[in-house]
Amino acid sequence: MSGAGAPGGWIGATPHRVEDETLLRGRGRFIDDLSPVPGAMHLALVRSPFAHARIRGIDTSAAAASPGTLAVLTGADLAAAGRPLGAVIRGATEHHAVAVDVARYAGEPVAVVVARDRYLAEDAAELVDVDYEPLEAVVDPLLAAEAGHVVSDRSFRYGDPEAALAAAHASVRGRFPFGRWTAAPVECFGVIADWDHAVDSLTVWANFQGPFTLHTVAAGALGLPAARLRLVTPPDSGGSFGVKAGVFGYIVLAGLTSKICGVPVRWIEDRVEHLAASGSATHRVTDVEAAFAADGELLALRYDVVEDVGAYLRAPEPATLYRMHGSLTGAYTVRNVAVRNRVVHTNRCPTGLNRGFGGPQLYLALERIMERGAARLGLDPVEVARRNLVPPEAFPYRTPTGGLYDSGDYAACLDDAIGAVDYEGLRRRQAERRAGGDDRRRLGIGLACVVEPSISNMGYISLAETSEERARGRPKSGNAEGATLAMNPLGGVTVRLSTVPQGQGHRTVAAQVAADVLGLSPADVEVQSEMDTHVNAWTVSSGNYSSRFAGIGAAAVAEAAAQLAGKLRRIAGDVLECAPADVELVDGQARVVGQPDRGVSLRRLAGAAHWNPESLPAGLEPGLAVTAFVSAPNLDPPNDADEVASSAAHGFVVDVAVVEVNIATGEVGILDYVTVHDAGTLLHPRLVDGQILGSFAHGLGPALLEQTVHDDEGNLLTGSFMDYLCATSTEVADLRILHRCTPSPFTPLGAKGLGEGNTMSAPAALANAVCDALGIDDLELPLTAPRIWESLSVKARTTEA
Amino acid sequence: MKPPPFRYVRPDSLEEALATLAEHGDGAKVLAGGCSLVPMLNMRLARPEVLVDVNRLGGLGEVRAGNGTVTTGAMLRQSALERSTPLRRALPLAAACAPYIGHFVTRNRGTVGGSLAHADARGELPLALLTLGGSVLVESQRGRRGIGAEELFVYHFTSALAPDELLTEVRWPAAAPSWGFGFAEMAQRHGDYALAMAACALRRCDGAVAEVRLGLGAVADRPLLATEAASVLVGQDLDGAAGDEAVREAASLAAAAAQPFEDLHASVAYRRQLVSLLSEQVIRQGWLDADDRAGEGGP
Repeated sequence: MSGAGAPGGWIGATPHRVEDETLLRGRGRFIDDLSPVPGAMHLALVRSPFAHARIRGIDTSAAAASPGTLAVLTGADLAAAGRPLGAVIRGATEHHAVAVDVARYAGEPVAVVVARDRYLAEDAAELVDVDYEPLEAVVDPLLAAEAGHVVSDRSFRYGDPEAALAAAHASVRGRFPFGRWTAAPVECFGVIADWDHAVDSLTVWANFQGPFTLHTVAAGALGLPAARLRLVTPPDSGGSFGVKAGVFGYIVLAGLTSKICGVPVRWIEDRVEHLAASGSATHRVTDVEAAFAADGELLALRYDVVEDVGAYLRAPEPATLYRMHGSLTGAYTVRNVAVRNRVVHTNRCPTGLNRGFGGPQLYLALERIMERGAARLGLDPVEVARRNLVPPEAFPYRTPTGGLYDSGDYAACLDDAIGAVDYEGLRRRQAERRAGGDDRRRLGIGLACVVEPSISNMGYISLAETSEERARGRPKSGNAEGATLAMNPLGGVTVRLSTVPQGQGHRTVAAQVAADVLGLSPADVEVQSEMDTHVNAWTVSSGNYSSRFAGIGAAAVAEAAAQLAGKLRRIAGDVLECAPADVELVDGQARVVGQPDRGVSLRRLAGAAHWNPESLPAGLEPGLAVTAFVSAPNLDPPNDADEVASSAAHGFVVDVAVVEVNIATGEVGILDYVTVHDAGTLLHPRLVDGQILGSFAHGLGPALLEQTVHDDEGNLLTGSFMDYLCATSTEVADLRILHRCTPSPFTPLGAKGLGEGNTMSAPAALANAVCDALGIDDLELPLTAPRIWESLSVKARTTEA
Repeated sequence: MKPPPFRYVRPDSLEEALATLAEHGDGAKVLAGGCSLVPMLNMRLARPEVLVDVNRLGGLGEVRAGNGTVTTGAMLRQSALERSTPLRRALPLAAACAPYIGHFVTRNRGTVGGSLAHADARGELPLALLTLGGSVLVESQRGRRGIGAEELFVYHFTSALAPDELLTEVRWPAAAPSWGFGFAEMAQRHGDYALAMAACALRRCDGAVAEVRLGLGAVADRPLLATEAASVLVGQDLDGAAGDEAVREAASLAAAAAQPFEDLHASVAYRRQLVSLLSEQVIRQGWLDADDRAGEGGP
């Protein structure tokens, strides 16, 4: 990559976010602000009140006669007009956008009302008479595994885990359940669909975030060739954090409804629908065994994982389970790993993307077992971590499961974190308090060291099938992204992204990157972030997930800009009578290197290219628009040994949480929280710190407050924000953020993703800290005050007995 | 989350409002701040035929003081309890609990009378009124009557108001010299419905507790007065060892008096534990506050 990061020095600077003024003035254009087609009818969905029930019949007559109602459709109506939603694994339960014959989770759509407005649609929806025959529901993942509701059961072995476990000085075991929690963006789902019967094609406006593999899945379920599904995203997003990948099922629902009814339709999800049926993280139960040498060296890991993906295997699941496959050993050098992964169906809402995606669940198990190992060995957890960290000279480091860690200095990050909290001093204070007999407020210190993968390899999901099964299909790999860049006749630049930002500030950063390459100011660069699958340069891996913007999305902009810069240099070389290689682009000028007064403005060059193409150097293609694609390196399909480089870049995060637990109430207070990050080159440091803070809040939630809870019958108990307790600004502790920088050799700008690391680390660090404070080993998340108090009561009773 | 169809009426006079209520009875619902009612409408949990919006009625936001009573109009916004200096001085207990009612922005809309008529067993203002021994004035075409706080809160979301009655005034005993007050609650997040709350009004005389009322909220189907718990404090100097013992005993009696329920968030045992802790806390607050306020010479 030529030129990126040099001339204007915009990369690494912190210009104001170009997105903010629109948002602060209340001029954002979100899905519900759009009226792209006149006369769209409104949808309301009838949803199953039962977690599992046979649908014996649906009487739609009263609803159809309700004022303003155009149509009432059932699952059978939609199934006749389309096809099931494709799943990643053959043999998964057939899934339709609207249930056919059987409803398998509370909240599953069973009928669609089309009416003049949403009020009338909801009035009619109440009149749809569904005859349900309730069936037994399975809610608990372990019971689901026992009952045989297993979609995929795979075992993996790397090194010689059995021998290492047998020979170990000590081994420790633990079970670490990680319940469901959800992203809860401010803006819920929304879809506007317009089926054009003239050409049998569908245009959809939806606040979908990618990945665009799901465009293919949606087109398949709509019975359309992909070229006849035009998907457009709104200019602004009220956040996603992963969950809006799940909009694709509703794209199918609304698309087929528009097809059947012959009118455009719009569906804006409300919060009750969102909490019940949009999606959440998986519920994972991890049994882990770790073998240690006497000096604290980690010798082997054995995982037995049961992953609840809900009633259907909604694409891209079971990706949550395999996203971290190359990083199952975390930050440690251990070479012997055994894994059993079972994916199970329950009668709960299908799961999907949620910030951290598989990381929080993995690291809760791994970092808690490291803590237990240290306790068993009588060593300090910091020393045990340090003993096992991948050393700086080992990079690029191939993990036993196939991951390829690009760069880092893990021990230095750990030292930074330990120094920042005064670890020794804290341990002294803790010992003094314990000795002093002041038992009312207990101090705890928790550590988490996590490798944060970014830029997912699209091929890792195929690990859910055996290598023989994989061989029957086509191999999948890589992670490509495209961007289009054009210079107008006055020298201004437009960039079109396919990274579908959800609030992160991609437009700001893309302008910085293009400005540096072209010698312009970001103000000269207008960035459009709306996705239009008929317009944008995209691939199946396009979209907003796996923290891929800094590493690969921005790199596509840099590559397109570099190609445009090359063309401008050729034109300038012709004008300035020098070799193109001797031309530099600085301050809106093309200049001869070393002769600042010999130059020509880019505006003049652009004008010539547009107005007078005959003047261009011989053989140069006219036009100043470039579309470029880049793909992260080293992302091969899984090999026959089930090794996979599941991500292209790997940042490193060390968290130290210092907590105080009030014994009388069980309340956890966070006294200090330090996080040290190494995410390579930082493109916009202020946005980086915003991402880290947001990621921390997203991890603190399930650690302390948030959980999506169903009762034994599968009824949702957290159906509103009264019971689903999101961490808000008053609950999120002050975070102290420190940085290190070892640029990635694998990404063009040296940047790594960093928006998910603290979601992965915070639950582990906080759980370690609270367990350290209380001397209780088996606390389950979220660590709410009542739950902690109950655990202490149980402990007190046990001790008395 | 759209409400079912309803008729909307916005009377300009009290007479018109009362006539509408008389006409529709059970089918009518009074809309004040709407902080609780509007979500219930949107969730289709409430299905009134007629919404009677009383925001245009004159005079329902006024505050008067005299004869040891502070009278606040039913439409006084909750935020006034927080922000008005004279109100804070006259109604320290209501002011102490105000920051816990919902959220900053909802208090700009939510009304004092609406909160009392709504009779949510987890409401802060019902607990404050009960603890102080206040009352409300309700009016209908049949006439007007006062209802004491102990009769007002019947059951969760059920008050003693008849369907044709409108709550128009709230009568709070004004804070008198040598009285002190305390309020505390525990919620998982600030602004959430409390898992438990307690309030105390205490008169101190000659270094001992002369009178005391201890109220408990969110731990039964309505706010409760822990009278037995309060009685053990009378005559005690809470600064002494015997006082400590009395406070502990009161807290323990309060915990026993609570009738909490178990839900997703907390068990009965945890809520009783909170009642005990919070009771101790508010009794102590009341004791100290009474001393401070005696020094100030009262309102």
